[in-house]
Order: sequence, then structure tokens, then C-alpha cells
Amino acid sequence: MVSPEPMDPTPCVASPTDIAPAGSTGPKPAHEHIAGEDLTDVDWDKLAARDDFRGLLKRKAAFIVPASIFFIIFYFALPALVGYAKPLMIKRVGPVNIAYLFALSQFFMAWIVAALYVRAANIFDRDAKSILDHIPRK
Amino acid sequence: MASQTPLIFFLVFVAITLIITYWAARRSSGASAYFAANRRITAWQNGVAVAGDYMSAASFLGIAGMIAFSGYDGFMYSVGFLVAYLAVLLIVAEPLRNTGKYTMADVLAFRLSPRPVRAMASLSTLTVSTFYMIAQMVGAGVLVSSLLKGAGISYGVAVSGVGVLMIVYVVFGGMLATTWVQIIKAILLILGTCFLSILVLAHFHFDLGEFFKAVGHVTYTDKVTKLPVTKDFLNPGLKYKPPYGALDLMSLGLALVFGTAGLPHILIRFYTVPDAKTARISVVWAMVIIGLFYIMTTFLGFGAATIVGPDFITAHGGTNMSAPLLAKSLGGDIFFAFISSIAFATILAVVAGLTISASSSFAHDFYTNVIHHGRERKPGEEVFVARITAFVVGAISIALAIVLGPGANVAFLVGLAFAVAASANLPVVVLSIFWKRFNTSGAVIGLATGLISSLLLIAISPSIMGIDAPTVASTARHLIQQKPLFPLENPGILSIPLGFLGAVIGSLLTREPSAEARFAELQVRANTGLGAEKAGAH
Repeated sequence: MVSPEPMDPTPCVASPTDIAPAGSTGPKPAHEHIAGEDLTDVDWDKLAARDDFRGLLKRKAAFIVPASIFFIIFYFALPALVGYAKPLMIKRVGPVNIAYLFALSQFFMAWIVAALYVRAANIFDRDAKSILDHIPRK
Repeated sequence: MASQTPLIFFLVFVAITLIITYWAARRSSGASAYFAANRRITAWQNGVAVAGDYMSAASFLGIAGMIAFSGYDGFMYSVGFLVAYLAVLLIVAEPLRNTGKYTMADVLAFRLSPRPVRAMASLSTLTVSTFYMIAQMVGAGVLVSSLLKGAGISYGVAVSGVGVLMIVYVVFGGMLATTWVQIIKAILLILGTCFLSILVLAHFHFDLGEFFKAVGHVTYTDKVTKLPVTKDFLNPGLKYKPPYGALDLMSLGLALVFGTAGLPHILIRFYTVPDAKTARISVVWAMVIIGLFYIMTTFLGFGAATIVGPDFITAHGGTNMSAPLLAKSLGGDIFFAFISSIAFATILAVVAGLTISASSSFAHDFYTNVIHHGRERKPGEEVFVARITAFVVGAISIALAIVLGPGANVAFLVGLAFAVAASANLPVVVLSIFWKRFNTSGAVIGLATGLISSLLLIAISPSIMGIDAPTVASTARHLIQQKPLFPLENPGILSIPLGFLGAVIGSLLTREPSAEARFAELQVRANTGLGAEKAGAH
């Protein structure tokens, strides 16, 4: 809790004021940086071009892109079929009809896709952590 | 006495929330605490708060009413509201948490020229929040005044009361108080909905076959012919009819699915958690709660249609009163009072969430970053400005809701908010995260085309334009007495592509080497969380 300047009342961590006064030339507390103001010594281009990082992006895209396309097609099939294939949709199945079952299935579809994503994302988190073990500096 | 019961329930809720606000006001100091609850909200808490922000009066009262009157077509809203969260989960939540600080515009300003981008984003945030908020306030006024007529509370008093409470929460309690008010209300709402659903099922002897059989034969009086008709409420097509019905449904779906991921008051909730992983888990929590809630709207809506009947609801307060009237017929006056006070709580919590998103956007994006180039002149100035803005935004929406009066078309205001969010906010957020070539002129033109095209298309849609028969009451008349120029109620199908197109063309018109150079940094931060905002100390 040391102030970088004698006149700067902002301590470095979790201060009550949280924001450095205008004209302060000392370093800002960590939590006050807006993106890009901190970590000035990180070589972003080198990190972004590294194989392990490109691999992470590829694996993420390999999940997110098909999952998004799937849920969008599955979802828009509902209004499309309800609008253009009404005779099929109003066929009774037990106490309800196909339209209602299809609408209900959307809820389970959403929950399943979300669960699969969370499982996949745990692996992405691990990969991201190991990438950050070696941060290239300028 | 019976007419006073809702008031008592409501006052108890207000007392609890004011205690929370007092507690939050003592704890919160500094910008990160005020705008983002110190980023210490846990995953389940944030999930419940996100769900609470989303389950507004429009959902609880509106969807139940829509299903009670339009059957299956009303249920289509419920489906879209949940599926929308996949877009939030897969595409927006984590990059947003990793690269931003307090507002949606932080993500845009990351590699683009901050002042024009923040000014436009702030304008669209304020537009979305204001429309959404007026809808809630009008709803609150109608509900409170019709429920508490016996207690002598008029529409104007009800709107002012809700407005003043919301200002108190936001101005004194900041994000922490707003979040906890939201959590408590969401839990009450889920409990109330569960209980009401069980009562509906009990009415049909817990036999789903019997329940759906009743849904298949709902009798009501046709508005035009004034003759009783019997319809199968499980069949689509009661609301969205040919020739444009199917297109309108698709357009609605587009606005719901892509609008949610652009709603500022939902997006800022992801800044209140410690990291991207917590943001992700909180979306899943929200999806579980929202999904269960919207599945239960089937019982609420169909229950109101079969047990209470559309005719009775029309005669006793209209569509929005479907759920409270269902509660009254199944659980008596006390349960009616309980469900009604949950509805007030819902409105109160949602308007507080909207106010804080509008005021943070104005203070952080417009005041600090556009006018003062990202520098505070005095410590605490940004929070001070946000508090004043919250007060002003609250006062303006009270005034507008009173001027528009209880007859204002609420559903169309919410639809407008979703359409603007989907057409203006979402394209630029997505492109700035995923497209290297995206730049400042793309963001400004994209935001402007999305905003203007959705506003314009709604202005010429059947919501605003239409020729009414002379018998229609003056409050229910269309604003412009002419044939609508655009056939759909929901502009999304045209305005969302236009928003994307504007953003892409705007980007291709100019080159901005600095924006492209910082794309690598954005990618690394968005995907690894390096340098993301950390949780504050206690």
C-alpha cells in the first residue's frame, strides 16, 4: 500500500478512490488500467503467432462454429416449419402435437449444447493457462 | 382489507430491498465497486441476476398473457428467449469479460478510435435502455393502479413510486444493490411460478392428458364477429397468420436470438464476476433458470386460457393480468396479492438494472472518455456523474411513462429494444472480436445503420401504422392512420443484415492500420484472459 507519488492519494491496491487524479504521472494502480495501458512489455504479435496459441484458436473454432451453426439451424427450423409445414406440425402425438414437442425440444437442445460447451471450455482454459506460462516479452 | 393485501406484500419487499441498498451503499466506494460490484459476484449469483434481468414484467405478465390469448404462437417467444443465451454463451460473454471494463463499448474501444465509437455505442445503449424502461414503467403503472385501486393509488402515483425507488437503489447502492435486488426478485418469481404451475396441474388432477385436452378446446368470443369460437390453442397460427406470419415469426426469432447478446443491461452483468470462466458458468446457471421458467409459462398461459378464459381476462384488466387472475381463481386473494407483488418486484428490479446500464454508459463512455479523453479531473468524478445520470434517466422515464399514459403499446417498445440491440450492438461487437479488418468507420456506420434502420422500419410497421375502424377506442388507435409500408411487426429480418452490411462496408471504405495492428493483442486477451480486469479486494 505505497503511494507512488507524495501527492497521489491513490494506494496501489483496492483503494477506496480507485481512480488516480488527473495529471498524475506515477504508475496507475493495476485495477485502474484500461485495456492496453498495462502489460506494455508483452509481445502480443509473437504470442498471437505462436503454434500453441493458433492451435487453441483452431480448437475453439472447431467447437464454436459448428455448434453455432447447429443451434441457429435447429432454432430457425421451428418458425420455418410452423409457418410453412403447418399440416405436419399439428399432427397429434399422444396428448400434444409435433409443434409443441419440437418447441419443447429446443429447451433441451439449448441445455445440451451449453453443457457440451462448458465441458469443451474446461480444456480450452487449461490450454490457455499453459500458453500463459511463457509470455514473450519485448 | 383484501384490497390492502398486495400493498402489504409490496411494502415488505420494498423494505427488504432498501435494507440491501443501505448495506451496499456502506460497502461500495470507488468506480469498480459502483459499476461492477467489485467483480466479486459468484457464478450462481450472477446467473440468477442475469435470469432476473431477463425475466422482466414483459416476460412474466406479457408471455403468460400472450399464451393465454394466442396459444402456441405466444410460446414461440419463450423458446426464442432461452435459445438466445446460446449466442451469449458461445460468442459474446467471455471475450467481453476478458477485454472490457464497465460497458459494452469498452470492447469496441479496445482497438478502435475511442471517442466516435463510444459516442455512438453510448447513444444506442441509451436508446435501448430507455425504450425498455418506458415499457416496464408503463406496465408497472397499469398493474399497480389496477391492483391497488382500493388503496387509492393512481397510475401517476404508481409510476412515480416505482421510479423513485429505482433511483434510490441505483444512486445509493450501485451495481451491488441492483444485483441483490435482482437475485431476491428472481428467486421469488421462480417460487411463485412453480407454485402457480403446481396449482394449475392440481386443477387437472395432475393428468397432463386432461390438461392438454382442455388446451385443445378453448372457447372465447371473437373480437370482430362477437360470436363464441372454439380453437385448439396448441396449434400455431392464432397470432401470426398468412401471408406474412411465418416471415414475422422468423424475424422475431432473429431479433430475440441476436438481440439478447446485444442488450447492454445483460452484457454489463458479466463485468461483475471475477473472470471469464465464472462468466461462462453464470450463463449456464441463467440458462437453467430461464429455461425452467419459460417451460412453466406453458402452464401459466394455457392455465389462464383454460381455467380463467380469455373473455374473463379481457373484462378484468386485459392480457397482462392473465397470470395474476389465474392466481386469484386458483389460490384466492392472498395468492393473488403474492403474485401481484412479485410482478411489482420484477418491474422494480428490471428498471433498476436498466438504469444502471444507461448511467454507466453515459458516465464511463460519454462523459469520461468522449468529453474528457479518458481522464478524470477529480477522483470519483465518473461515479458522481453516473449517479447524477441515474437520477436524470429515472426522472425522464417517469415523465415519459406518465405522458405516454397507460394506453401505450408496451410490447412494441420491448420489441424495439431487442431490434435495436440486435441490429446496432451485436454486429459491431461480433465483428470487433472476430474480424481483423474491422475499424472505426465500420463501427460508427454499423451502429448508425442498425439503429436508424430498426427505428425506421418499426415506424412504418403495423405496430405504428394502420387504419382503425371508427369504433376503436382512442387509446388503442394506431399512431399513423395509413396502410403500413412494411408488412412485418418485427424488423429484425431486414435491419440485422443491414447493421452487418453497414459495419462491413464502412470498414472496407477506409483502412486503419492501428486497429489491425492491435487485433493480435485483442485475440490473445479475449482467448486467454491475460490482462483482464481482476476482482477487487474486500
